Amino acid sequence: MAEPVVTTDGAHGPDGDDATRRDFIHIAAGAMAAGAGVMAVWPLVNQMNPAADTLALSTIEFDTSKVAEGQQVVITWQGKPVFVRNRTAAEIARVKADDNAGDLKEPQTDAERTKPGHEPMLVVIGSCTHLGCIPTFGTGDFGGWFCPCHGSHYDAAGRIRKGPAPKNLVVPDYEFTAGSTIKIG
Amino acid sequence: MSEHPSTYVPKSGIEKWLDTRLPIVRFGADYLSLPTPKNLNYWYTFGGILTLCLVIQIATGIVLAMHYTPNTELAFASVERIMRDVNGGWLIRFVHANGASMFFIAVYLHMLRGLYYGSYKAPREMIWILGCVIFFLMIATAFLGYVLPWGQMSYWGAEVITNLIGAIPLIGEPILIWLRGGPAIDNATLNRFFSLHYLLPFVIFGVVVLHLWALHTSGQNNPVGILIPKDRQAKDMIPFHPYYTVKDGFAVLLFLILFSTFVFFMPDALGHADNYIPANPLQTPAHIVPEWYMLPFYAILRAIPDKFGGVVAMFGSIGVLFILPWLDTSRVRSMRYRPTMRAFFFIFVFVGLGLGWCGGQLPDAPVIGSFKTFTLIDGDLNSYLWLTRLFTAYYFAFFFIILPLVGLKETPLPIPASISEPVLSHPATVSGLVPAQAEKKG
Repeated sequence: MAEPVVTTDGAHGPDGDDATRRDFIHIAAGAMAAGAGVMAVWPLVNQMNPAADTLALSTIEFDTSKVAEGQQVVITWQGKPVFVRNRTAAEIARVKADDNAGDLKEPQTDAERTKPGHEPMLVVIGSCTHLGCIPTFGTGDFGGWFCPCHGSHYDAAGRIRKGPAPKNLVVPDYEFTAGSTIKIG
Repeated sequence: MSEHPSTYVPKSGIEKWLDTRLPIVRFGADYLSLPTPKNLNYWYTFGGILTLCLVIQIATGIVLAMHYTPNTELAFASVERIMRDVNGGWLIRFVHANGASMFFIAVYLHMLRGLYYGSYKAPREMIWILGCVIFFLMIATAFLGYVLPWGQMSYWGAEVITNLIGAIPLIGEPILIWLRGGPAIDNATLNRFFSLHYLLPFVIFGVVVLHLWALHTSGQNNPVGILIPKDRQAKDMIPFHPYYTVKDGFAVLLFLILFSTFVFFMPDALGHADNYIPANPLQTPAHIVPEWYMLPFYAILRAIPDKFGGVVAMFGSIGVLFILPWLDTSRVRSMRYRPTMRAFFFIFVFVGLGLGWCGGQLPDAPVIGSFKTFTLIDGDLNSYLWLTRLFTAYYFAFFFIILPLVGLKETPLPIPASISEPVLSHPATVSGLVPAQAEKKG
């Protein structure tokens, strides 16, 4: 081969070693500056997350025996309305019959949305999953809730059946602690 | 124009001293003596009016912030205190609230002017893009400010608009909580909205400076839309002061009459009555509507049957403005010489107004009385939902189909060689009886 052979010595010349060290310093300093920048920005980003006192308000208790059959009570949890609905036998029968209905956008059975032994009691966050309006009780085509803002219909299990909302009304984390008392959060 | 030689001669000792250290007086003097096309019509005065609007908003806003309390328990009452107890507080608040509407009236006319005369085309793309940045910041600022009184419409507007972020797949929900500072719109949200509402006008001010810098670098467009030939500059250009300072001054006076009419005679006409009800997180207003200047975008949001799709379309309707200079393929700037495009432009203006009208109506309501048609996909054909979709389709078609295609296909009218030509060649004008015909159009 006629091409000149390039050796490492030849490539660097007299200043070769210095240049390599300088490159290292540049890269190391740049990386440190980037790391420091991220560390400096992080507190500014993180301060926007919920503060400790906001998070401290995360659980509440409620006695569901206050809710008469066929009625709902709206309680506030984390600044949001929560519907606690005591459903009638007819309403439960209707939603159970619809467990496999074809128009469910987010298929869920009624049993998945309630606690065993407490079928009449449905607990959902009362915020339409479309844009957050509060749906009205007992209206709409499915006897559950109707969001008047953009026309989303929910059934008595809080499942979205018709309209622009993409998801079922959210069931928050809750459990029955003693008898009829629930602890949300 | 950047090559415009400075004619400023410092006279007094202090001016000479300052001129060699910080030539700020020279900067101002050069601005006033800037050669400007002599055929600018009244559609061009909105730049000056907008500057005035920004100054009014910042001045009244700073004063209002001295009396306002950004706390969910106190915000509503502090606004009512401004209205009842603070000396002249009612006036300052009404000027600020109506000033936002005036700002948007002026900015929409300013943008349509730019669209009509092709002010966004080379070499002025940067002016246009910076203008779009200002418009986007204005929308953000207006929204943040609208939330501050913590009335029903404020609260639910914030609820709906922040919920849009939650529509983003996967990361939407954490970002939503991060933006709100809690699981729901609350004190943290109000407090940060106030902070940002105070900050953004100064950011807008900064971008306005860049907007003007770009304008003075590439030179002003004009209703004829042609570059002024070098040899005609002495004849076709006039200094900004006194010619346009006086013309703008007259337009500002007319604008202030309109402004005052709203402030003094119908200060709540452009607002919503529900905002005089304190925010109630447990009750939704029957019909949530944004301020009038957001209605077209709100209509586009509602037109799309998918939540995330609606958000994409809404932001897309503003985002498309940024790439407008590259969507228009015509080499002729002004629509005066583009008869086909001019027709599509006026349909676009009508569609924009139509979208605003639809945004204020209930989507399910029929457009024509009780006339019953048939259901198409998810709504009756005779409903605002479908009318909005028709308008939305035209809105996007205007940018993505009409502008590129018409630019390639249409035969523009012959453009004049200079901005004086259409005036001088007009027989009536030569006899000195009638003002220039071209000035009256569009």
